[in-house]
Amino acid sequence: MAAGLPLSIGHAIAALLAALILGTLATVVWIAGGLSGLTEWDLRAVWFTLWQAALSATLSAALAVPVARALARRRFRGRGLLVTLLGAPFILPVIVAVLGLIAIFGRNGVLNGALEAMGLPAIGIYGWQGVILAHVFFNVPLSVRLILQGWQAIPAERFRLAASLDFAPRDIARHLERPMLRGVLPGVWLAVFLVCLTSFTVALALGGGPRATTVELAIYQAFRFDFDLGRAAALGLVQIAICVGAALLAARIAIPAGFGAGLDAVGGPPAPGGWRRLADAAVIAAAAAFLLAPLISVTLAGLPRLTTLPPEVWQATRRSVLMAVISALLCAGAALALALTVARGGARWVEGAGMLPLIASPLVLGTGLFILLRGTVTPQQMALPVTALINAAMALPFALRALIPAARALQKDYGRLAASLDLRGWARLRLLVLPRLARPLGFGAGLAAALAMGDLGVITLFAGDNPTLPLMLYQLMNGYRMADAAACALLLMMISLALFWAFDRGGRHGA
Amino acid sequence: MALEFRDILLRQDDFALAADLTVPAGRHAVIGASGSGKSTLLALVAGFLAPTQGRLLWEGQDITAMPPGKRPVSILFQHNNLFPHLSVKQNIGMGLRPDLRLNRAQQARVAQVLDQVGLSGMGERRPDALSGGQQSRVALARVLLRARPLLLLDEPFAALGPALKAEMLALLAQIAADTTVLMVTHDPADARAFAPDTLLVEGGRVHPPRPTGPLLDNPPPGLRAYLG
Repeated sequence: MAAGLPLSIGHAIAALLAALILGTLATVVWIAGGLSGLTEWDLRAVWFTLWQAALSATLSAALAVPVARALARRRFRGRGLLVTLLGAPFILPVIVAVLGLIAIFGRNGVLNGALEAMGLPAIGIYGWQGVILAHVFFNVPLSVRLILQGWQAIPAERFRLAASLDFAPRDIARHLERPMLRGVLPGVWLAVFLVCLTSFTVALALGGGPRATTVELAIYQAFRFDFDLGRAAALGLVQIAICVGAALLAARIAIPAGFGAGLDAVGGPPAPGGWRRLADAAVIAAAAAFLLAPLISVTLAGLPRLTTLPPEVWQATRRSVLMAVISALLCAGAALALALTVARGGARWVEGAGMLPLIASPLVLGTGLFILLRGTVTPQQMALPVTALINAAMALPFALRALIPAARALQKDYGRLAASLDLRGWARLRLLVLPRLARPLGFGAGLAAALAMGDLGVITLFAGDNPTLPLMLYQLMNGYRMADAAACALLLMMISLALFWAFDRGGRHGA
Repeated sequence: MALEFRDILLRQDDFALAADLTVPAGRHAVIGASGSGKSTLLALVAGFLAPTQGRLLWEGQDITAMPPGKRPVSILFQHNNLFPHLSVKQNIGMGLRPDLRLNRAQQARVAQVLDQVGLSGMGERRPDALSGGQQSRVALARVLLRARPLLLLDEPFAALGPALKAEMLALLAQIAADTTVLMVTHDPADARAFAPDTLLVEGGRVHPPRPTGPLLDNPPPGLRAYLG
């Protein structure tokens, strides 16, 4: 029957994925053998992980509200572009943004230059405040998009009714906007909180020390500096507990999806004049500057050196691109098989398996895979395959979120037609499934490619003489070769965005 | 050329449909109130739903377990009868070979039925570049090409205006001359114009075919309430 082939592939992939994630986590738990190996230092890392995530989430959500409101009620040239750009931090390599933030907020940065000129004391970016700053940089745009969707979900008729009742802006806020925010903000807060719980790259580059080390960073340090696998595994156990706890929390609160349509609905809230107009303009300008200044700074600093980068950078580039493409294909293939199985009413555990990567952090998976594979292959040999595999797995839940609804719609709209025409197997895949699902597939593949391209997580555990481009960039930064680092960052940013664009665009054309 | 429902019972949650009747060759309307199970009946014949008990026979052969695409059946749905990402030619060609690897003779057949339904020269278009009536013609062209002896119509022309609908039924009568047709309809006029006999679906039962005219002239109480 028509379901035969893809159904079994979907089940097989779900089983493999569950074995990979759960098997790796079980290995970590087994090696850890309890929490007795943990020191006071490690407990500080747990505490820091929790409170920095909470503070980052609170700040991001609070700062995003005025920006989302301004974007919801103003129409101006470049608005669509700005809203699109708000999605960029998600696919921007973290280490590139960190370099940009250092250029603006660092010791020799633009901001401290201005402070010094005014005779004010300098601020430092290294330490907990830098970690928070970077998390806010990444998550304010995401939060703005989510909250903006909330604003646009308020029916235009409500605002017309409010206008006919002569509501002042204060009344609109009270009767329409605040109830919406009460519904949306918990999900936004939680989404940011979850992302920040597994923060590694930001803490690696800007944090460290007793007051700014996350659990993920502590795993890396135990693994890489102390060669203490037992402690790394014990920390991994703590990270698993944190992730599972967060997942249970997330199951109780609906987290809105940050992508998709509906960002340019007609209508929207009324646009009050007077000081509110100026305030909105200022808020939008400030948000755009905060988002763009670090990236522009990296671009300007990197452009002149782009052509004179040393050859090992280009080798790293080739390595990274190859890995990113493999990761994208793995992710897209797995997501397609899982989504088709789920859409056909496959067992619930299939969808659950696809979402499993959400409870596994990259460094825990890396530690587990290292333990499982040691003795058979060297760390250098596993570096690239493991990085490709883990990034594909990490992108999978996001790809599935886009793909499963599309696959369900496909099944509902055309499943019976295809069955009645005896359209099965490869012909069904070629003539129906791929053309109809090209868009979400391209999006998912692009996401996986960009994430793998910019990843500076699990690769740091294994890296030897064959660094990827982000690792190369990190090494250049640590060597204070800032001009080369900026050029490298520009290259990495361009390739990541280009990979996402190419896959996403490919999907749109295929559709 | 008869379709036999032998002691069929189909249960879905708290809904049940029973059918024990023989449908002879010819054109039949299927009439009944909303939710009475008309579409369920067609889904059963098409093979999308399996009966809880009983057997379905076509020309004496048991087709109860036959997959939808292998049945001697073509079906037109209310919506989504065409793949929007495929051209008109490709949509029609699927009636010959679902994988669209058509040889020259088959391609010529596609062009021929395209002429037959009055869509010459439109083969390269996508369905969304056609009017509703033209889309219906494409779907009918595919039915013509598949040439299955049993045709199920689940109100495919309901969204067309009265004139277009009459046109489609006329075209259908012409291309499906030797085909046994089951046509779900809400419109007694369609039933009278198109179908000499009618199956009434009422109270979870499919009733054997009766001449359409007398049935509609003197409907049983349930049908009378529905027709108003």
